[in-house]
Amino acid sequence: MMPLEHRSSPHSTTSNKTDRMMLLVLIALLPALCVRTFCFGWGTPITLLWCSLIALGSEAVLLALRRRAPLFYLRDKSALVTAWLLALSLPPDLPWWCSLIGTSFAMVFGKHIYGGLGQNPFNPAMLGYVLLLISFPLPMSSWSPADGTGHPWLTFSDSLQLIFLGKPIDGWTMATPLDLLRNNNTLTMPELWSTHRQLSGLVGPGWLPVNLACLAGGLWLLKKKVIQWQAPVGMLAGLAIMSLIFWNGSGSASRGSPLFHWFSGGTMLCAFFIVTDPVSGTSTRRGQLLFGLGAGLLTYTIRAFGGYPDALAFATLLMNMSAPAMDYWIRPRTLGHGPHLKERR
Amino acid sequence: MIQAPPHPLSGGIELATHKALSTRTPIATPPLPDTFVIPLNPQAGAPAEPQVQAGDRVLKGQQLARPRGPRGAPVHAPTSGTVRGPVVRPVPHWSHQQAPCLLLEPDGLDRWCARPAVTDYRRLDKDALMDVIREAGVVGLGGAGFPTDIKLAATRGDPAPLVIINGAECEPYITADDMLMRERAEHLVAGFAVLRHLLQPEKIMVAVEDDKPQALAAMEAACAGQTDVQIFSLPARYPSGDAGILIRTLTGREVPSGTRAAELGIFCCNTGTLAALHQAVILGRPLISRITTLSGQALARPGNVEALIGTPVEHLLHFAGLRESDMHCLIQGGPLMGHSLHSAEVPLLKTTNCLIAGTRAEFPDPDPTQACIRCGLCADVCPVNLLPQQLYWHARAMNHSQLQAHNLSDCIECGACAWVCPSTIALVQYYRAAKDAIQQQQAKSAKAAQARQRFEQRQLRLQAAEEEKKARRRLAARLRQQAQPPQTAPQQATAPASLPDEQRELKIQLSRTRVQLKKATRTLENLSQDSPDAARIRQQVQSLQQDMDQLQARQTPASVQPSGSPP
Amino acid sequence: MDTAAITLLGSALLTLLALTLVCGALLGAASERFRVQEDPVVESINALLPQTQCGQCGHPGCKPYAQAIARGEAINRCPPGGQTTINALAELLDRAPATLDPSRAKADRDDVPRVAFIREEECIGCTKCIQACPVDAIVGAARFTHTVIAAECTGCDLCVEPCPVDCIDMITPDGATDRPSWPLPPDLPHSALWKQSLIATDRQGETR
Repeated sequence: MMPLEHRSSPHSTTSNKTDRMMLLVLIALLPALCVRTFCFGWGTPITLLWCSLIALGSEAVLLALRRRAPLFYLRDKSALVTAWLLALSLPPDLPWWCSLIGTSFAMVFGKHIYGGLGQNPFNPAMLGYVLLLISFPLPMSSWSPADGTGHPWLTFSDSLQLIFLGKPIDGWTMATPLDLLRNNNTLTMPELWSTHRQLSGLVGPGWLPVNLACLAGGLWLLKKKVIQWQAPVGMLAGLAIMSLIFWNGSGSASRGSPLFHWFSGGTMLCAFFIVTDPVSGTSTRRGQLLFGLGAGLLTYTIRAFGGYPDALAFATLLMNMSAPAMDYWIRPRTLGHGPHLKERR
Repeated sequence: MIQAPPHPLSGGIELATHKALSTRTPIATPPLPDTFVIPLNPQAGAPAEPQVQAGDRVLKGQQLARPRGPRGAPVHAPTSGTVRGPVVRPVPHWSHQQAPCLLLEPDGLDRWCARPAVTDYRRLDKDALMDVIREAGVVGLGGAGFPTDIKLAATRGDPAPLVIINGAECEPYITADDMLMRERAEHLVAGFAVLRHLLQPEKIMVAVEDDKPQALAAMEAACAGQTDVQIFSLPARYPSGDAGILIRTLTGREVPSGTRAAELGIFCCNTGTLAALHQAVILGRPLISRITTLSGQALARPGNVEALIGTPVEHLLHFAGLRESDMHCLIQGGPLMGHSLHSAEVPLLKTTNCLIAGTRAEFPDPDPTQACIRCGLCADVCPVNLLPQQLYWHARAMNHSQLQAHNLSDCIECGACAWVCPSTIALVQYYRAAKDAIQQQQAKSAKAAQARQRFEQRQLRLQAAEEEKKARRRLAARLRQQAQPPQTAPQQATAPASLPDEQRELKIQLSRTRVQLKKATRTLENLSQDSPDAARIRQQVQSLQQDMDQLQARQTPASVQPSGSPP
Repeated sequence: MDTAAITLLGSALLTLLALTLVCGALLGAASERFRVQEDPVVESINALLPQTQCGQCGHPGCKPYAQAIARGEAINRCPPGGQTTINALAELLDRAPATLDPSRAKADRDDVPRVAFIREEECIGCTKCIQACPVDAIVGAARFTHTVIAAECTGCDLCVEPCPVDCIDMITPDGATDRPSWPLPPDLPHSALWKQSLIATDRQGETR
C-alpha cells in the first residue's frame, strides 16, 4: 500500500519541468526562424532541420555509449535547443559538412565529454560555432544576401543545391553590415550607407527583423519565467556602454551606434537565448547581470577591434570561463550571517 | 489593529493550500481507541523512564514516565485504564523506526487523577510555575517538540522580551491552528496573561496569514482592548511560518546562525503550544491531547479533531471516514516538510499537527529525476538566501568543507527549492544526508581529538616517569660510588637494575601458570573419571604443576637478593 | 646581416632580458615575503587520522604514522580510518586514493564502532591491559578488578592480546547504531549496456 523506500519531503512539486522549459525555448525561437526564412531564404530551415537530425542522432549514440537510456534523456529536448541555436547563428546556406562538423562537435566536445546536460562549462552551440569559424573562415563568412538588397532571391532548390551539392551561384554572397563597418576606414557613415545596398535604415535589410523576432521570443520567455532579466539587460547595457564610448557620430572612424549594435548580427539571439543559458552561466542573479555585462563589453571589443565577422561566440565562451569564479565570489548573504550578527559555529 | 508585517519575506513560494477541505466542520472529538500506544522517546534523546509497571491501573493525566535527559518531557496517561508493556512498536519516524512504547488499554471511564487545585497562578512563585509547566509535559506543538519550559527559562533573563505567537500555518492542508484560533481564541488570550506574568514582555505579536480571515477576526475580537498585543496579517506565502523567518518579517532582526531566538530576547511559540500552556497552568491539565488536522482526498469526512496523544493514527483516519483503497500515501505533517508514514498503526505524537491520507491523483509518484541545469530557481525561492544548487553539487560529492562554507547548517529544510526544481531533484534529501554525514564526522573528529589528547598526555607521563626513574638510578649510583670502592661499582650498579625486571617477569609467569593450573583443575573436577579428556587434562595439570614448581624455585633465590624485592 | 636587423635583434634580446630580470626579482621577492613556515604537514596528517592509536599500521600510534606518511609511506595502512581517511589523506597530500592495504585489514572488522569490555568476575587485576591502552581508558590497580571507560575507548583492541585470562571482549556499545542517518537519493536513471563508463563523472555516480 505505502512506499517503503526512504523518500524525503517535499511530497509534491511544481509542474514546471526541465523538458517543458526546453520546449518553451524552442517555441520562442520559432518567430526568429520564420523571419529569417522570410529575409534570408530557405537555407535557414534546411540547415536547422539538418542540424536537428545530427544533434538527435549524435545525442542518442553518445547516450548509448555512456550507458544511459537514450529515450529518457532525449525527451529533455536539450539537444534540439543546441541544434537550433547553432543553426540560427550559422550563415543560412552553409555547406552541409560544415553544419555536420559543428553540430557533432558541439554534442561530443561541448556536452557529453563533460558528462552531458548540466555539466558542460561552455555553451555547446557556441563551441561548435567557434570551431567552424576558426577552421572554415570562408564558408562561415559567406552570407547569402537578405531580401531587399536587390539580389536575386534564392529558391528552395537553389538553397538545397548550395548546401548539399556546393554548386556555386554567381554573386550569392555579400559582406554583412558588421563586416562593412569594421573594414571601413575612409568613408563617412552617410557615404557608406549610400554605397552599399546591405546598409539601409538603421542596420540593413534582413538584420533588423531577425533581431526583433529574437527580442519578441526572448520577452515571451521572460514573461514565462524561463529566463531572468539580468543577463539580457547586462549584455545590452554592456554593448550600449562600449558603443557610446567609441561612437564617433557619422565620421569614418565611427564603429556604429548602440542601436546599430543591438540590432545587427546575432545580438538579440545571444542576449536572450545564449547568455541566458543557465548551465554554462553563473547561478546567482547578480552574477548573471555581471555575466551579461561582460559578454556585452567583450562582444563590442571583438566586433570593433577583432578580426571575425561576429564576436558573440567568443564573448560567450570567455564569459563561460569566468563563470565559476563569479559563482565563487558572488554569494548572497545567508539569513543569520553577516558582520553585524554574532553567529556561532 | 491588524497590521501588515513591516518587512517583506524574501523568496518563498505560493502554493495551492487545500485548506478548505478541513475547515468545514468544527473541531470534533473522536471516541476512545481500543489501545493507546505511548512512545517512551517521542523526540530525540534518551527514552523516558517508565514509572508504572505492566498491569498497573492508571488514571487520566497520571504521569507514566519521567524524562532521563535534560531535553525530554514527561509522558502522561491520555485516559484511565491498564498499562501493558513496554513493547517495541513502530513509531512515526522517516526511517520506519521501532521504539519502546507503553500500551494503555482504556477502561472507558475516562477518570481523571487528582489535579492540583486551580489556584491563582499570579500568587504562585515563578519558579514553581515553571515546574508546573515542565511537569505538564508542555512541548512545542509546531514541529520540533522542544520543551517549552526550557525555551521560557532562556527568555526569562531578558529585561524586555518580545513574545511572538506563531499562527502562520503556511503548509498546505494543515488547519489545526486556524481552527484553534477560530474556536478558542479566548484560551489563547488567557495564555497571554500567563506569559505576561512570567516574562513581562514589551509586546506580544500575533502573526496569522491573510488567507485565514475568520481566525484573524476571532483573534482581533478576543484581544480587543489589550494595548500590548499587535496582530499581523502575513501574506500567504510558504514558508512564512518558520520561526526564524517570522521573526525577520515581524521585527527585521535576524537570529544569528547557530543561536536561538531566546538570545535575542524573543520567545516565539506556536498557537497550539500556547493553548497547551493555558491548559497546564489554568486548568491544571497536562498535555494529553492536541488539535490535529485529518485531511486528504482519501477521507470522506476530513476535519480537525481534538485527539488524545497516543491514539493510533489508524483509529483517527477511520473516524474521518478513510477509504482505504483510495489511500496512496499517508503523510504526517504537511506535504512540504512532513514525512510519509509506512504504517497506520503508529501513534499520534504531541507534534503531529496533521495527517494527510492522499490519493494517487493528489500525490502522484514523482517524475524521474533529470539533470540539474543550474536554472537558479531554487536560489530564487530559498527563504534564507542559500544557493541550493551549489549545495546540491557539493552534497553529491560529500565535500564537507564546501558545504559548510555555503552554510548548509542554516538550511531550514522547508523544501521550497525541491518544490520548484524543474528536474525533480530531491534536494532536501541531499541536504539531510549531508547534514547527517557532517554531524557524524564532527562527532568522530571530536572523539579523535579527545583520544589524541589522552594519547599525548600519556606519552608525556610515561616519558616523565622514565626520566624520573633514570634520574633516581643515577642518583643511587652516585651514592653507591661515594660509599664503596670504585672498582666494584659497575657490577653492583647493573645487578639491582636488571634483577627486579627478571623477577617481575617470573612473578607474572608464575601467576599466569597458577591461573591456568586452577582452570585446568576445575575442568578436571567437572569431568567424569572415565572421560577420554580426563587423562589428557590430568597430564596437563601435572606439567603445569612442574612448571610452577620450577618458577617458584627460580623466584625464591631472586627474592633473597640483597637489593631486596618489594614487600 | 645588416645593421637594422642586428639592432632589431639586440633590442628584442634586451627587452626580454629586462623582462626576465623584473619577473625574477618579483618572484624572488614574493617567495621571501610569503614564505610558508616549515612542516605543518605532520600535524595536518595527524588531524586526519582517527587517533585510535591502535598500531595496526605498524607504527606505535597515530602520530608516528603521520610522520611516516610525511616521509613518504603509503597512506592506505589505517584500518580504523577506512576509506574516508584514505580519501582525505589523498586529498591533502595530492596522492592517488588507494584502497585499504589488505595486509592491514582484519577480516572480521566492519564499520560498527566497538569498545572493549572487561568481564569483571574473571579479571585477575594484572594491569597488563592498563599498560597496553594507548589512551588510558582502563582504570584499575594491581590485584583489583579493572574496568573500561567506554566513552574514552577508541576500540583499538590492543588490550585484548595481553590479557592473560582472556577476559576482554570487543562489544558494540548501546546506542551506537541508534540514530539512523539519511541516505543520498538514488542517482539519475540509466541502463546497463556496457560495463565500463566512458566519462569519469559517470563513473563517480556508480561507485557511490
